[in-house]
Amino acid sequence: MDLTPHLPALQVIVPMLSAPLVLLLKPRGLAWAGATAASVLSFAIALNMALIVVDGGRLHYDMGGWAAPYGIELSVGAFSALVLLIVTGAAAAAMIAARPSIDRQIEAGRQPLFYSAWLLALAGLAGIAVSADAFNIFVFMEISSLASYILIAGGPDRRALPAVFKYLIMGTIGATFYLIGVGLVYMMTGTLNLADMEARIVNVTDINPILVAAGFITIGLALKAAVFPLHVWLPNAYTHAPHMVTVFLAACATKVAIYVLIRFDFFVFQANLENHSLQFSLFLMPLALMGILVASAVAMFEGHIKRLLAMSSVAQIGYIILGASFITEAGLTAAAAHMFNHALAKGGLFLAIAGLACHYRDLRLDQLAGAARSMPWTAAALVICGFSLIGVPGTAGFISKWLLIDAAMDEGGLAWLLVAIIIISSLMALAYIWRIVETLYFRPAVEEPAPGEAPLQLLLVTWLVALANIFFGLFPQFPLALASAAAQLLMRHTL
Amino acid sequence: MNLLELLGYFNYWVFAVVLSVGLYTVIAKINLVKKLIGLSIFQSAVFLMYITMDKVEGGTAPIIQKGMENQIYSNPLPQVLILTAIVVGVSTLALGLAIVVRIFEAYGTIEEDEILDAD
Repeated sequence: MDLTPHLPALQVIVPMLSAPLVLLLKPRGLAWAGATAASVLSFAIALNMALIVVDGGRLHYDMGGWAAPYGIELSVGAFSALVLLIVTGAAAAAMIAARPSIDRQIEAGRQPLFYSAWLLALAGLAGIAVSADAFNIFVFMEISSLASYILIAGGPDRRALPAVFKYLIMGTIGATFYLIGVGLVYMMTGTLNLADMEARIVNVTDINPILVAAGFITIGLALKAAVFPLHVWLPNAYTHAPHMVTVFLAACATKVAIYVLIRFDFFVFQANLENHSLQFSLFLMPLALMGILVASAVAMFEGHIKRLLAMSSVAQIGYIILGASFITEAGLTAAAAHMFNHALAKGGLFLAIAGLACHYRDLRLDQLAGAARSMPWTAAALVICGFSLIGVPGTAGFISKWLLIDAAMDEGGLAWLLVAIIIISSLMALAYIWRIVETLYFRPAVEEPAPGEAPLQLLLVTWLVALANIFFGLFPQFPLALASAAAQLLMRHTL
Repeated sequence: MNLLELLGYFNYWVFAVVLSVGLYTVIAKINLVKKLIGLSIFQSAVFLMYITMDKVEGGTAPIIQKGMENQIYSNPLPQVLILTAIVVGVSTLALGLAIVVRIFEAYGTIEEDEILDAD
């Protein structure tokens, strides 16, 4: 039987149906094995689809056999395939590595519940990426959000609770704003299918509700994506979450929201609203630039290693939004490529930190001094991923930074300002990564040295991701092919 | 815009007011349960907007009966959508309350300022 036409549906169904099954596997080793199998299978499905659509193709699937626009359509193009690779790759890598870290942080009896919530979060995030229906995206967004609130609050750190409450409030406001926007578009067009919306907005006589909808949708999704200054929920949530949850969510959760933002704005609004591209750029570009500068500056003076990297995530989201706000093919390619490369770098960094956390209870930089002497392999992987985050040539991060600078050069009068900001913020990244390196390698230890390396399972995956950072720095063809196919597809819809 | 037109949009005015009341409550209150109440009010406003737009004057439920084929029907789709959104809202509220319970267990208070002082 050929399963290829069913891949978009399976992408969601596999993790979603595994979630309740994992609950039944009481011996905790089995629950972990089940969740890992489902995550790896999802990754295999995503990889398979990416190979099919990398040449600019598209996979369609009509849910229940009802054709769009009446039924719910699933559709996977190059952009969604790239996002799916990030989501499922992060979930699979984190899940394989997770067991030693999870055993330390989550009591045995609650572990099946935790794994189940993990799979639901994966199903939700994958669902957002495959769906071509605006309301369906809302439902999947809430599935993934509710599951990630559970994951973040699941750890032993009580400070995670107020953090997750704040995330819940802001996330729900963001999702509700999106819902209002979708409602207004539906009111004027009578459809929820994204492609159908695009076709019908042309005939709308009173354009004001659509303008309001564009505002609600952009702000709602910017809240979910933690675009500066709507990022206040992010640092605490990432800092106090269980370490493996930080790996998973930091690599992909905000990027999925950015994906919906870009997709909605480019597919539905760009081609139809006069001056929309100008408004989109004028609104998002200053926010992106401020986010890049402010968040990098805060990260330079942050004392907790996880919060430092969380602030750096806010700056990296700024880069992605900046690339998108150019509204050029080069800019969008850079944005999409940076999504992928940042997921690799940040995922690797948080994996290495999860390794450190197996021996160091307190993750403030002062307490981690001299850790590289007792855990040289973990620290080395952390440095490689850190270099990728800065954008050192030969690592994945360099490729997308280079593309972004290249795209910024085409921006006419603004070009030099943009390039200067990108370079200054890269220097800031160098400063905060160097602080970590200095602490780990050159400062005398204050704590007792750790008894040894991180658990082998965790260490191997960390190194796999670190090597992937180098591999995609030297051979970036595949993600770049997806990114540029995505950019071409998005630009085709622009005026 | 004359008075009648303004009144014609009555439901949408209520939507805007309720939405603002909810959002204000979420931002202004420091008690976590009150914040959740505000969040629920905020979401209910959106339900009202969806239900309002599907109403067709004189429309009935879209059930085709023998001998009554020429009825005007209201649009059922937004109602189905909002049924889903209500479920989402209830789950969010339940999860939010569960988190508040755990915050109370861990901190002994549900006032935001006292929690911030505690850490």
